[in-house]
This record gives sequence, structure tokens and C-alpha cells, in this order.
Amino acid sequence: MYPEGLKYAKTHEWLKVEDNEGKVGITYYAQDRLGDITFVELPQVGAELTKGKSFGTVESFKAVSEFYAPVSGKVIQVNKELRDNPELINQDPYGQGWILVVEIASPAEMEELLSPSDYEQWVKQQEEVG
Amino acid sequence: MKERLVFEIGKKGKVGVSLPRCDVPEEEPERLIPEQHLRKDLPLPELSEPEIVRHFTRLSQLNCGVDTGLYPLGSCTMKYNPKVNEEIASLAGLTRLHPYQPEELCQGALRLMYELGEYLAQIGGMDAVTLQPAAGAHGELTGMLIIRAYFLSKAQKRHQVIIPDSAHGTNPASAALCGYQAIEVKSDERGCVDVVELNKLVDEDVAAIMLTNPNTLGLFEENILEIADIVHRAGGLLYCDGANLNALLGVARPGDMGFDLLHFNLHKTFSTPHGGGGPGSGPLGVKRTLAPFLPVPLVVKQGKRYLLDYNCPLSIGKVRSFYGNFGVLIKAYAYLLSLGPEGLRQVAENAVLNANYLVKRLKDHYHLPYDRICKHEFVLSGARQKKRGIRALDIAKRLIDCGFHPPTIYFPLIVNEALMIEPTETESRQTLDRFAEALIKIAQEDAETLKSAPHHTSVGRLDEVAAARKPNLRWKE
Repeated sequence: MYPEGLKYAKTHEWLKVEDNEGKVGITYYAQDRLGDITFVELPQVGAELTKGKSFGTVESFKAVSEFYAPVSGKVIQVNKELRDNPELINQDPYGQGWILVVEIASPAEMEELLSPSDYEQWVKQQEEVG
Repeated sequence: MKERLVFEIGKKGKVGVSLPRCDVPEEEPERLIPEQHLRKDLPLPELSEPEIVRHFTRLSQLNCGVDTGLYPLGSCTMKYNPKVNEEIASLAGLTRLHPYQPEELCQGALRLMYELGEYLAQIGGMDAVTLQPAAGAHGELTGMLIIRAYFLSKAQKRHQVIIPDSAHGTNPASAALCGYQAIEVKSDERGCVDVVELNKLVDEDVAAIMLTNPNTLGLFEENILEIADIVHRAGGLLYCDGANLNALLGVARPGDMGFDLLHFNLHKTFSTPHGGGGPGSGPLGVKRTLAPFLPVPLVVKQGKRYLLDYNCPLSIGKVRSFYGNFGVLIKAYAYLLSLGPEGLRQVAENAVLNANYLVKRLKDHYHLPYDRICKHEFVLSGARQKKRGIRALDIAKRLIDCGFHPPTIYFPLIVNEALMIEPTETESRQTLDRFAEALIKIAQEDAETLKSAPHHTSVGRLDEVAAARKPNLRWKE
């Protein structure tokens, strides 16, 4: 459920790093808690993300939530497919359901992100709280 | 049985009424109406009177409302609406008033509004009240506009409004509409505002904090005096979302806790029909320093006369045509007079007692994330059932089979698989027991039974996701 090779934020986004670029999506756990996603609002290419700040919204049949940036940087690509097919996030959260690609501004920020096993622990804790 | 749409029942040429022969010269529509406004077709359903009466009567019988059963929709206070209030609101002296009638010809209506405002101020611990806002979120918006006007008048620029992670979604929306940035403050492990974190967030850029007390977990914000102190010391204001006022009536007053503004949901706390049964009404109360900013007109009393006062130079202006949803005001006024202060206190006490009774009966069967004495509502989690693949939605749908309206689900967001239950004071112990027994039975039922519920309704699971993604908004042959 939490593939190796990705880094995870406590706010339930994943980051896949290639050189100085990072692909961002939300985790299996996040899409499962949201339920069927009906709409996503995404930033434009060129927008600046700040680590920990909201960069878009996701609407499911249960609730409206926000995406939080796992790292700071400039958006260089956005998954346009999600506009018409937001369900891709539910069907394939680590593949076709990716959200955007960001040019990582400060690689040091990634140190706070979690490994798959640490993230799994974090999710377990969240579940226990209720 | 599935009820067909009104379009499917009709047949071309059918009419509901037969009009007498026209006894004045007939004119062709083409002569009277400009061509661009004329249309060749008007595809409206055509039915006879009995057909249409039966259609809507059948639909009303499929309805699930507070007049047919317990309606424990958390945070919505679906209490019983006493029928005597409807009777009073339909008195000819009230229904035949025109909003443009001169003040001297509607003294009774003005007195009713004036006194209702006074009672609400007294109940909430506020100094002045506007009755204009049309519902709760509109009251919030009015409150935020007043906060903005207040800081503008002091030539202070503040940009942030703090809102807990358990808040109603309308709170950040109202703040954002007034140009404020909504800043989230986390709840602590007891389900209340984390005061340590709040302390870090509050500075002179914070215009206000919006709090619901008791909060959406049904828990009283125990540190409210400290919270008020933190925000006031930085020059900010405290806004109370009054959605949960039912728990406090006659017992405690937000104004005494340090709140500067408070909206009342007359349609919840003061028993007027809502959720399809009638419009809302969200009067806003404020402390004296904010009173000059209230919307115009205010109803004032001079000697024995009641007047509409438009002379308020600092007012934010009007927020609603005329004087608000007057019909709702009448019903709330009737409710208040029929209960009196003692009765009002009993409302809160019984609402709290009923909620705690249900907690006790249910907590062995469902996970209770915040195990404390609650106020008028409480939040269970379907986390245990989720391990068997059963979701809160399935539990909610199954309750319909047992004759109960489902509770609020998936809210507040901080509880996984939330089931938010508010029984209200109007339910008897027998009803509460039946409801508890239904939920206990459901807790043990197999996934298959629950996934396909409801079984006894005219339609079962609607495809809510498809409805949201690809809404089909009109009937087509």
C-alpha cells in the first residue's frame, strides 16, 4: 500500500524524486479515507508551492479537503487528466492518479518526510485515535 | 414501490382544472408578446388534479422527517416542531402584513421583533441583536463583516481568522468571503482546542477566532475563558457559532464566556421547521462595542412605540431584504413564550441527558474516540466495523430500515468513519431505547446485509458519486 522509493508526508501526500524534480500524489490511505473523489482543484504550472501549505482542494462525496505541499518549489507539470477523471486518484493513487510535478527548491526539506515503514506507523497511529 | 416522475405519469392534453369560457375578446399571444420571447413548445407535464394530488401525497409518504420518527442528525438539532407555533404564525394579523406597511400599522409585528431580539440577547449574553440573517452561515457572514468593519474603524489591518479543525465548514467559508485567511488550530486529545498551539498562532494579525461551543464533538470547550483571554489580549474578537446552543439554553451564556458575537439558529435551537420544511433564520447578537456596526434597520422602542431605526452611520448596511425571515421569527417567539426561562433550561438539560444516555448504551458496541461526558450530541466511530469492510455509510443506510433517519456521517473530519448523533430533548426514553437497540443490532450484522441496505425503501443505494461527477439535472424523454 505504501511503495518503496517514495517519501511520505504526515499530511498523506507522497513524493517521488527524480534529480531535482518531485512527482506528488496522495497516498492509498488518503484516498481511502476520502472515499470516491468527485472533483479536484489544482494549481497552474508556474505556481510556487510552500512546504506544509495548501496547494489545491479535493472533493469527495464525503467532504472537501486540501492537498498540502510535501516540499517547496515551482510547479512544472500538472496532471490534466484529473480534471475529467478525478477517480484516477482512487483507482491508481501512485500511478495515473499523480497530481503534479514540482521543481524541488530545497532538497533539505525532504529530510522531514517519512519512509514507507514510518508512514505506515503514522497511519496506524491515526487510525487508533479514531 | 418506485414512484414515477411527474413527467412519466402525465399524458398529453390532460388538465388539472377546467376554466369557464372566456367572456372577454380573445387576443392572439403574438400580438401581446415580442417574438423573441415566444416559444413554440412548453414541455410541462400534463396531469389531472387527482393524479397530481396522489403523486405528491405518495412522495410525502416516502419522506423521512421529524414528524415520522427520530431524526438524530448531529449538529442539525432536528427537534420536534410544536404545531401550535404554526398555528400562531398563520394568524391573519401576521400573514396579511405587508413589509412596506407604515410603522404605526404594524406595531404588533415590530413589538414581536423587538422582544424576540431582547430575549435572544438575554439568552446569549449579548447586548444587541439583528434578526436579518436568513440562516446560520448568513449570520456568520454578517458577523465577519462586522468584525471587518470594526477593525477598519480602528484603522487596524488584520488578515487571519483562527478556526479549529473540528469546525463546521461554513466557518472558514464565511471568513474567506470577508477576505480573511482561515488558519486551522488543532484539537487536543480531549477533543478541545489545543491551547498551547493556539497561543503560538495568536498575534496582532488575528482578527478573530470562530468557535462552536459545545464543539462539533458535542464537547464543552473547557478552556474557553483562557482562550478568550489569549485572543482578547492580542486585540482579537471571539465569534461563537451558535449551532450547538441547544446544549446551553438557560444554563450558560456565550456572552459570559467572553464571546463578542454569537449567531442563533432559530430553525435549530428554537424549533422552527428546517431542512426542506421551511427557511432558516440566523439572528446575530453582539456586545455593545460592536452594536454600531449591525445591519439596518434595527427595531427600537421609544416610549410605548416601536420604530425601525435606519440612523446608524457605522452600519454594514442591509444583509437581507426587509427584516429577515419573519415567519420563522414568529415561530421562535411563540416557542420562547410557551417555554419560559424554566422550560428553556429543561430543553438543554434533557437534550444533554438524552445524548449521554445514548452514549452509555452504545459505547460498548462502537468506538467512542472521546470518552467524556458530552453535551447535546456525541460522535461515534465506525472504526471497529470498518475492519470487517463496513463503512459509516452502510450503518447509516441500514438505520433507515429500522425507521430512523440516519445520523450525520463523516463529520467532524477529525473522527474516522464518524457517526454524529444528536437525539434532541424531544425524544422519549422508549424512542431512545429503540434507536440504541437498532444500532446495537446493526453493529453485529454481516457486511452483505449492510452493504445492500436500505431494503425497505422505494429506492435503495443511489449512485451519489455519479450524481456528483456527472449530474443529470433534467428529465428528458
